[in-house]
Amino acid sequence: MEYVIAVQELTKHYGDVAAVNHISFGVEKGEVFGFLGPNGAGKTTTIRILTGLIKPDGGRAFVAGYDVLKKPIEAKQRIGVVPEVSNTYVDLTAWENLALIGKLYGMPPQKLRENAASLLKEFGLYEVKDKLVRAFSKGMKQRLLLCMALVNDPEVLFLDEPTSGLDVESARLLREKIIQYNKDGKTVFLSTHNMEEANQLCHRIAVINHGRIAAIDTPENLRAQSMELQYIEVAFNKTVNMQEFSENPSITKAVPAGNKVRIYTANPSTVIEFLVEYAKRNDLRILSLNTMMPSLEDVFLKLIRGKGVIQ
Amino acid sequence: MNSFTEQFKRSLVIAEKNIKIYYLKGPVIIFGLVFPLFLALAYVIGRNIPLREILPGLIGMTTFFTATSVGPSIIPWETRSKTLERLLCCPIALWTIIAGDIISSFIFGLIISVIPLALTLVLGIQPLNFIILLLGLIIANLCFAALGVLLSAYPPTDIPATSMMLSSLVKFPLVFISGVFIPVEQLPQWGAAIASFSPLTYFTDMVRQLFLGRGYYPLVLDFLAIIIFTTALTFAAIKLHGKTLTKRLS
Repeated sequence: MEYVIAVQELTKHYGDVAAVNHISFGVEKGEVFGFLGPNGAGKTTTIRILTGLIKPDGGRAFVAGYDVLKKPIEAKQRIGVVPEVSNTYVDLTAWENLALIGKLYGMPPQKLRENAASLLKEFGLYEVKDKLVRAFSKGMKQRLLLCMALVNDPEVLFLDEPTSGLDVESARLLREKIIQYNKDGKTVFLSTHNMEEANQLCHRIAVINHGRIAAIDTPENLRAQSMELQYIEVAFNKTVNMQEFSENPSITKAVPAGNKVRIYTANPSTVIEFLVEYAKRNDLRILSLNTMMPSLEDVFLKLIRGKGVIQ
Repeated sequence: MNSFTEQFKRSLVIAEKNIKIYYLKGPVIIFGLVFPLFLALAYVIGRNIPLREILPGLIGMTTFFTATSVGPSIIPWETRSKTLERLLCCPIALWTIIAGDIISSFIFGLIISVIPLALTLVLGIQPLNFIILLLGLIIANLCFAALGVLLSAYPPTDIPATSMMLSSLVKFPLVFISGVFIPVEQLPQWGAAIASFSPLTYFTDMVRQLFLGRGYYPLVLDFLAIIIFTTALTFAAIKLHGKTLTKRLS
């Protein structure tokens, strides 16, 4: 297995608090790897260690084959980073921002000009390339940040909450570009709060909570591991008494959801049979019935509520 | 690829960025141009002393204030705007950033401090050796620029004005103990001893020798002391900024 990012027993403390606590994982070449977790879970600390911003207290991390502690410059030469906060130089133009980053990567001038022009066109910023970034909207700044992260044509792209606070159009554009970049065989490490984004973009997801990895798997497998979270949504033509539902041993929980009833079960076929029988018995008509897999959000909430830490 | 030369080239890129962004910032204009100008006017006007006698102190003071005006503001500014994080994500070492900051402060100081020197030539006051004076001016600007960048290391504030004020707390006493207003040879023994801890003392002494033909230390010692101070201040700036970096990024 070829890991572009390999993390072994990584640990970082701030005072008495373990921001990252002995975490280990590997990211394969060409993978979009999601890093999910609530605020303060250790996502940004992990990204900051991997991008060489801070030093861990223990453990090792390799990026593009280089130890980030021993060879930070070599590792950073091969990555692009979109940090959590918008940190373009607002007193410089979009072009100057890109030129600055390109020069700091030691890019040849011709290649830098070509890449910068191509990226600015691709992200719809070429027309405003000579305007000060101060005048840009949040969406434009975020697009410019992605251009700055891509200008050196990195092997690995680190994205820390890239679509946070963006308008729908800019967020969609950014997601499309991430998919396109990944199709070119590049690896993406994506930290996000957005479950739908993680579900849509990531090949695998790591859920981090209290500095520890709670789960790592594909979005589908994560959902499959939490089958007790699947549910049936049923709508009857009349209001029903849910007391009978909770007495059924196959039903974990039954809750009202608007004009429907949401019934959580690990055994949907048995519950569907029961519901049909229940409807006949009570002279009810079933208006709709849907079996729903647990959402990534459900799985995430289950994991961060402490029901599982795999390390 | 990441040899010293390559990193140094990247320092020049950072210096170029600093020149574009920070030279025209308010605090830099105030502390680096307006303030030394008025201090120089206050120093010159109304004193019944020949201009040649005033020049060493005037050049020393102007060079010191201008070369230390850019450095204290850059890193706090970059901390605040989070661009420091952006820089550190690039394949550059911390020393590369510090060197870039020192270079940009140095260029600012050099450009401004050449003005009083050019004025002396216009007024027909010739130094004993112009080349040595120019060399001294260059190395002194480098030294003071390193001091300016060091002064922004602690406390690791993200407010440029705080850093500028705190650096003034160090800079003003240094001006008074460095033979700018009273030559070192006229100071009491304890005063001369304290003066020896300031890099400005050696520069003022050097300029005094080159304009008046008399100084407290030998010219070679003045040069050597400034070079040692430059090296020590640069290393201290890199070390201290390295120690406070985690706090800046948190």
